[in-house]
Amino acid sequence: MELLRFATAGSVDDGKSTLIGRLLFDSKAIFEDQLEAVEQASLRRGEATNLALLVDGLRAEREQGITIDVAYRYFASPARSFVIADTPGHVQYTRNMVTGASTADVALILIDARNGIVEQSRRHAFLASLLRVPHLVVCVNKMDLVGYDQDVFDAIVAEFRAFAMRLEITDLSFVPVSALVGDNVVHRSASMPWYEGSSLLHHLETVHIASDRNLIDVRFPVQYVIRPRDDSVHDYRGYAGQMAGGVLKPGDEVVVLPSGWPSTVAAIETYDGPVAEAFAPMSVTVRLADDVDVSRGDLICRRHNQPHVGQDVEAMVCWMAEGSLRAGARYAIHHTTRAARAVVKDLAYRLDVNTLHRDESASDLGLNEIGRISLRTTAPLFYDEYRRNRATGSFILIDEATHATVAAGMMLDPSHGG
Amino acid sequence: MTDTTTRPPLPGAYQLSQLRALESESVHIFREVAATFERPVLLFSGGKDSVVMLHVARKAFWPAPLPFAVMHVDTGHNFPEVIEFRDRTVEELGVRLVVASVQASIDAGRVSERPGTSRNRLQTTTLLDAIAEHRFDAVFGGARRDEEKARAKERVFSFRDEFGQWDPKNQRPELWSLYNGRHQPGEHIRVFPLSNWTELDIWRYIAEEDIALPPLYYAHRRQVVRRDNMLMALCEWVQPNEGEEVLEALVRYRTVGDATCTAAVESAAATPEAVIVEVAATRITERGATRADDRFSEAAMEDRKKEGYF
Repeated sequence: MELLRFATAGSVDDGKSTLIGRLLFDSKAIFEDQLEAVEQASLRRGEATNLALLVDGLRAEREQGITIDVAYRYFASPARSFVIADTPGHVQYTRNMVTGASTADVALILIDARNGIVEQSRRHAFLASLLRVPHLVVCVNKMDLVGYDQDVFDAIVAEFRAFAMRLEITDLSFVPVSALVGDNVVHRSASMPWYEGSSLLHHLETVHIASDRNLIDVRFPVQYVIRPRDDSVHDYRGYAGQMAGGVLKPGDEVVVLPSGWPSTVAAIETYDGPVAEAFAPMSVTVRLADDVDVSRGDLICRRHNQPHVGQDVEAMVCWMAEGSLRAGARYAIHHTTRAARAVVKDLAYRLDVNTLHRDESASDLGLNEIGRISLRTTAPLFYDEYRRNRATGSFILIDEATHATVAAGMMLDPSHGG
Repeated sequence: MTDTTTRPPLPGAYQLSQLRALESESVHIFREVAATFERPVLLFSGGKDSVVMLHVARKAFWPAPLPFAVMHVDTGHNFPEVIEFRDRTVEELGVRLVVASVQASIDAGRVSERPGTSRNRLQTTTLLDAIAEHRFDAVFGGARRDEEKARAKERVFSFRDEFGQWDPKNQRPELWSLYNGRHQPGEHIRVFPLSNWTELDIWRYIAEEDIALPPLYYAHRRQVVRRDNMLMALCEWVQPNEGEEVLEALVRYRTVGDATCTAAVESAAATPEAVIVEVAATRITERGATRADDRFSEAAMEDRKKEGYF
């Protein structure tokens, strides 16, 4: 069985919580005691059973009737296991959606059929494309309230496709649903015979994710050096880490960055025995044929397929903290298993996530704003363009005084403009 | 600079199963902590989640031994089978066990026990005192996000201030698999390597890896009383109240904690495979079914976590 991670974006008004509630309920992932708790809470508030309460976790959220943070939910069908990163649509929407989308295979965007595409829909689509979520599913919800009218659905599809042309979205699908009634969520609806596609759940069960990962560029960031002090294995030296790209095999000729020392993979080991091939996201231990100096933060790759190496990085960043990002500011940077310090050399522009307009006169990025920056780091980083590899193309910036995570970054190809 | 000898693989190849993907994520988390913290410790109660956590931790560092100790916060009200299992496990694995005793906290006047209530909440003080005493900077816990709604929003690396408090509204964003464990002296990070596992994943993994558990996870006959619609096992600390009938029932435990607040469920499941069938069909969450401590209010767990609970 495979694991599929998807992120949902939208506000309560779009029926997002109801849709998730419906998905969990119809796939029997909601438990009786949870439902009973929700029914009791709804009664106390004088409401009909409100499935959205399943999604609101914290006391402050229930008190204020809002969702503050990303919540993770789990359900399984016979075909796949699912992790939902449920991100709120309003407060701190960008920060939360960027967080949820960073690990997602699929992004699910909700559109209210009565309102059509609104500013928020465009924003969510843009963020999904910025974070390179490989598959985008647009659920046109509340079809029951527009008489299950095919023309309404078709018009939204056409308008969304036209907008999506401006973004880099590789796989785009549309499903007409009614989360409230359950049409096309888990089961195909009899009310929309004109729709020939699959239900949302069926789509999530079958969307092809196997080829989304980078299996070309071997990237093995060394995370931890395993060197037992026990006499029986006293000369053992293994480099532990999680594959970030490509397929690595014993016998492969590799180089270690930053030293550039060549070597050969002697073995790829795990507790359960040696493996013939390692690929993302396997956690393994690599042993090299030569006694070269390797430590945490180094990167093992193929000799003829190396990442960018440098201290100057161009990136899109999402600013996630109070205060603002300005040229000249210094931060700690975490990239793969490497940590360094970085100074912001330049803010090229701030991007309006609604219009995609680039404001080149911008002098700072505030909370939830996105822009393009240049960084200079204290040590070289070994990185790929984010669009080519999400693991070796991403970083976070950390405030050195408060230790807060203040920005998420997606690296660009240093040789290209754009 | 693409290597021309490398061809794209066939679609469908190179896909990890769900359990291997979860295991790999957890191994990555263990190694990240071992590489970047000075004094980690792993909370080990003998409960199934902590047993799985310890098993994955060993895999992460093999063939080297575990590079940190394990700690049990002992309420003094344990099932004897679990303590025996705990001691046997740490001895077999050769890991160092730190026992933080709630009884010692009571004797030292750090906490006071209210008669007739569980010692569950008192564990927080004992835990935080032990973290301070041993200067632990990273504390691995076996909590899962599917257990409870406050946990559903907690980070894998969860920051605790110098009072051990969790501030749910002010959590660090956590993206990709980049974790931020930075902290000042006196502060610490709780780390949850099993965040994305579900109860069913835990059981499938136990079956697949043939992991030993304390015997009370499997069906056995036991004297119980029905209290607040839960089956409580009779023991030194749980005696029948007036009007309560003592029953002998075929039961097992879905969670194992303090004997005074952990209930059994009626079950004939005697093997991991039988438990998987039962868990897959159940319609009640494990905490709802078996934990008296989570029934106080809608926010019982949230409130305890803010104070520094597991």
